[in-house]
Amino acid sequence: MSHSEDVSEVAPGYTPPHDTDPTEGLSSYLIGLGLAVLLTAVSFFIARTTLVWQPSIPVALAVLAVAQMGVHLVFFLHITTGPDNTNNVLALAFGVLIVLLILTGSLWIIAHLNHNMMPMDQIMRMQ
Amino acid sequence: MFGKLTWDAIPFDQPIPLAAGGLVIVVIIAVLAWITLKGWIPYLWNEWITSVDHKRIGIMYTLLAMVMLLRGFVDALMMRSQQALAFHSGGYLPPEHYDQIFSAHGTLMIFFVAMPFVIGLMNLVMPLQLGIRDVAFPTLNSVSLWLTATGALLVNISLLVGEFARTGWLPFPPLSELKYSPGVGVDYYLWSLQISGVGTLLTGVNFVTTVLKMHAPGMTYMRMPMFCWTTLASSLLIVAAFPVLTATLAMLLLDRYLGFHFFTNEAGGNIMMFMNLIWVWGHPEVYILILPAFGIFSEVVSTFSSKPLFGYRSMVLATMAICILAFMVWLHHFFTMGAGADVNAIFGIASMIIAVPTGVKIFSWLFTMYGGRIVFASPMLWSIGFMVTFAIGGMTGVLLAVPPADFVLHNSLFLVAHFHNVIIGGVLFGAFAGYNYWFPKAFGFRLHDGLGKVAFWCWFIGFYTAFMPLYVVGLMGMTRRMQHYDVPEWHPWLLVAGVGALIVLAGIIVQVAQLAVSIRHREELRDTTGDPWNGSTLEWATSSPPPPFNFAVLPRLTGDEGFRGVKERARQQASLIDASAYTDIELPRNSATGFICAFFATIMGFSLIWYIWWLVIVAAIGAYATFVVFAWRDRTEEVIPAAEVARIARGAVS
Amino acid sequence: MSGAEATVGMHGVAAHAAEQVISKRIVVGYGFWIFLLSDIVMFSAFFATYAVLMNATAGGPGGRELFDLDNTAIETACLLLSSFTCGLASLGAQAHRGSLFYTAMAATFVLGLAFIGLEAHEFAGFVARGAGPTRSAFLSAFFSLVGCHGLHVSAGLLWLLTMMAQVFAKGYRPDILRRMLCFSLFWHALDIIWVALFSVVYLMGAAT
Repeated sequence: MSHSEDVSEVAPGYTPPHDTDPTEGLSSYLIGLGLAVLLTAVSFFIARTTLVWQPSIPVALAVLAVAQMGVHLVFFLHITTGPDNTNNVLALAFGVLIVLLILTGSLWIIAHLNHNMMPMDQIMRMQ
Repeated sequence: MFGKLTWDAIPFDQPIPLAAGGLVIVVIIAVLAWITLKGWIPYLWNEWITSVDHKRIGIMYTLLAMVMLLRGFVDALMMRSQQALAFHSGGYLPPEHYDQIFSAHGTLMIFFVAMPFVIGLMNLVMPLQLGIRDVAFPTLNSVSLWLTATGALLVNISLLVGEFARTGWLPFPPLSELKYSPGVGVDYYLWSLQISGVGTLLTGVNFVTTVLKMHAPGMTYMRMPMFCWTTLASSLLIVAAFPVLTATLAMLLLDRYLGFHFFTNEAGGNIMMFMNLIWVWGHPEVYILILPAFGIFSEVVSTFSSKPLFGYRSMVLATMAICILAFMVWLHHFFTMGAGADVNAIFGIASMIIAVPTGVKIFSWLFTMYGGRIVFASPMLWSIGFMVTFAIGGMTGVLLAVPPADFVLHNSLFLVAHFHNVIIGGVLFGAFAGYNYWFPKAFGFRLHDGLGKVAFWCWFIGFYTAFMPLYVVGLMGMTRRMQHYDVPEWHPWLLVAGVGALIVLAGIIVQVAQLAVSIRHREELRDTTGDPWNGSTLEWATSSPPPPFNFAVLPRLTGDEGFRGVKERARQQASLIDASAYTDIELPRNSATGFICAFFATIMGFSLIWYIWWLVIVAAIGAYATFVVFAWRDRTEEVIPAAEVARIARGAVS
Repeated sequence: MSGAEATVGMHGVAAHAAEQVISKRIVVGYGFWIFLLSDIVMFSAFFATYAVLMNATAGGPGGRELFDLDNTAIETACLLLSSFTCGLASLGAQAHRGSLFYTAMAATFVLGLAFIGLEAHEFAGFVARGAGPTRSAFLSAFFSLVGCHGLHVSAGLLWLLTMMAQVFAKGYRPDILRRMLCFSLFWHALDIIWVALFSVVYLMGAAT
């Protein structure tokens, strides 16, 4: 009754091979590459163009970056929302939460601190 | 050729470190000589140093913690005596020396006592409780242990070769920058923690994977023992927090070694970013320490009340809530640094909210005891002592979480009393409870309980005598880390605190005696059943000490066993087996990888500290080569044949 | 999740076979995944520091003056393509097809090496212009963030060569395939981090 290939979960980054023909998994990588190239090209274009409303550029870049990360996760790393991937997705969500806390927390705190603190060159002149 | 290292590094002009260091060296040589003469080196090498068995690794971690506790406590005695004496006087420790002592005290206690103690207990017990043979990555486990030992070794070397940091247990810039701390002290601190930090991170990865992916068939998540849940939460925090420590210390190292400007006063550096990042790590760190202790208390209280744990589900929820909330409160360590009222308010409220799940746990333990048949063995005494002491410490914590109050009390002895209250009352009492509780499992005989109780009372009374006066003196305005003072109102309190430290010393001496006496009388104290306390979890279903493979037959549960049912079911399965039904068992082979890696890491750390660049490269190549050799192994496991398994299982009393 | 158990009534039919344990691939893969997440947290600390120190140029050059987006575009192309070829190498390893595996790994190596070469050249250029990491906090943060990523890629290249050597010496053994899985996780994660890097550091830095 023991089995080493438990179908209820899957290692991250791994898809069980359907047969020994590698072209089965190839489509995933090709689609991923295509989408990633597209998103990258758009990012570079937006950064340099004047066609877009300037203040929106950072937001647009962020959205495109997140989208591209998603493409990588799905097409290269084979992370899906299926039940066999739950543990992997939960771990990823935890990691994302921590990253967001660190980034937003630090930016918020330091912005406030900088606002309240005397500029460094003034402090140094006081010595 | 030797970088900055010269004979001046040895403190010939400072009697105290010279004598202390000299004494330690004499003791080490004596112990090594005794071991060699008795012919124990092959045994130690084969059975312990190269072991990848979680039980052995857990024991070694705990041993490291207890030895470092002695060193850290000596520092504490020196601090208390200095402060008791230094009224209108310079005391006996000059400031440069006193600064190193409190820095070493904090660094050792947090990183090389508390962390190894809880990690050691988790290592020893968690796989047994899950009904498995070992953790997910046994060789990595060994690497973690030896890298931690490397860190401890480097800090201790600083006693005799060079100096230690004078910047406290967290090296705030700009004082810790090269300009203001040009010596090797801060470098000793930084490299020691970077190296042992890698070890700890790997442990976190190891434990998360083990708890989430490997448990006995039929043991679902909601049937895991509470200690395994807290192991999971603590390990998730390790995985999430330690990388931040690595990054932050790396930035300080870059500033010191390569002239970067992260935290300098010049060229745009921002010292507050260090504070911010170090506490992003620092706050989860204290939860990494306390969560396993909470798990230990859940096990101990349940066993010694002869009742199942009250409110298992809410305990699990509370544990995971603490895990997440731990990452949302870090600013409370620097309320006074000018982030403003909005920021302070949010973090203050969050810090108060995090006390709620802890309160849930305390009530659950109390309700577990209520109506139970309480046995007042020493693990239970530690647990009850914890409940009282931690409640007080937690309350003062909530008090400090109020930003206006913190403006008065930040960096006073009130703060020092608070964190010792929770760390000693929480982590250390928990570690001692676990030590007494699981000692028979590890070694096959119990610790002498009478001496254990005496030790507890010495620690309990000593703790209150030492730290309650510090609350008072903190409220009177005394700042922390003072080498001398001239306020007469403080003096009597500090004298009392000094006496308290001596009472704790008595407790430690009794604990050492307890160990010696227990070893001498081990036959009378022998645990013949594997279950001396009538526990309910799986570690009590195997012999004491367990065989290398933990269970001859891996427990298989159905999920509807009641309290103690899990243990009984496993024992049944083990005893009903007919001899031909045992299977071969594969175990990971021992490996010297951890020890050798740590050897090269020590050399690399030492040579980085002293700027001996060629040796850094040699050691780095050595470490990499060790890794490749390990990766090139063909035989990674050894098989224990079924007949041998049967022999061991039948021979061990079930 | 399973273990071998001998239940009452089983009388030694397959008794002396080694017991089956939980799939090692799942355990190893998950463990490495957790490790990668910890690595990403470490990067986020460097990212946060960069974000905070972005404007602390101390009178020196900022991103606008320094960044050459064409160079960045070529680096990005190299790394993205190398991620693709790494995927091909995984397919080759799983299918035990040496021709695919070795070619794809070699391509990955070349592309990764090109990335490192371009980055090293960029760094050297900055230093020569007096915009090295010791010039200002902004530059310290830039060099360490991007440099940390570069160090990871370099370590990955060493690992890549080791993987090729291991497959060559020992074939497609299960434990070597597990390591290949970890390697490909690592390599793809590095590309994910690069996406964040080029978007936030280079593109936003040059656009402001």
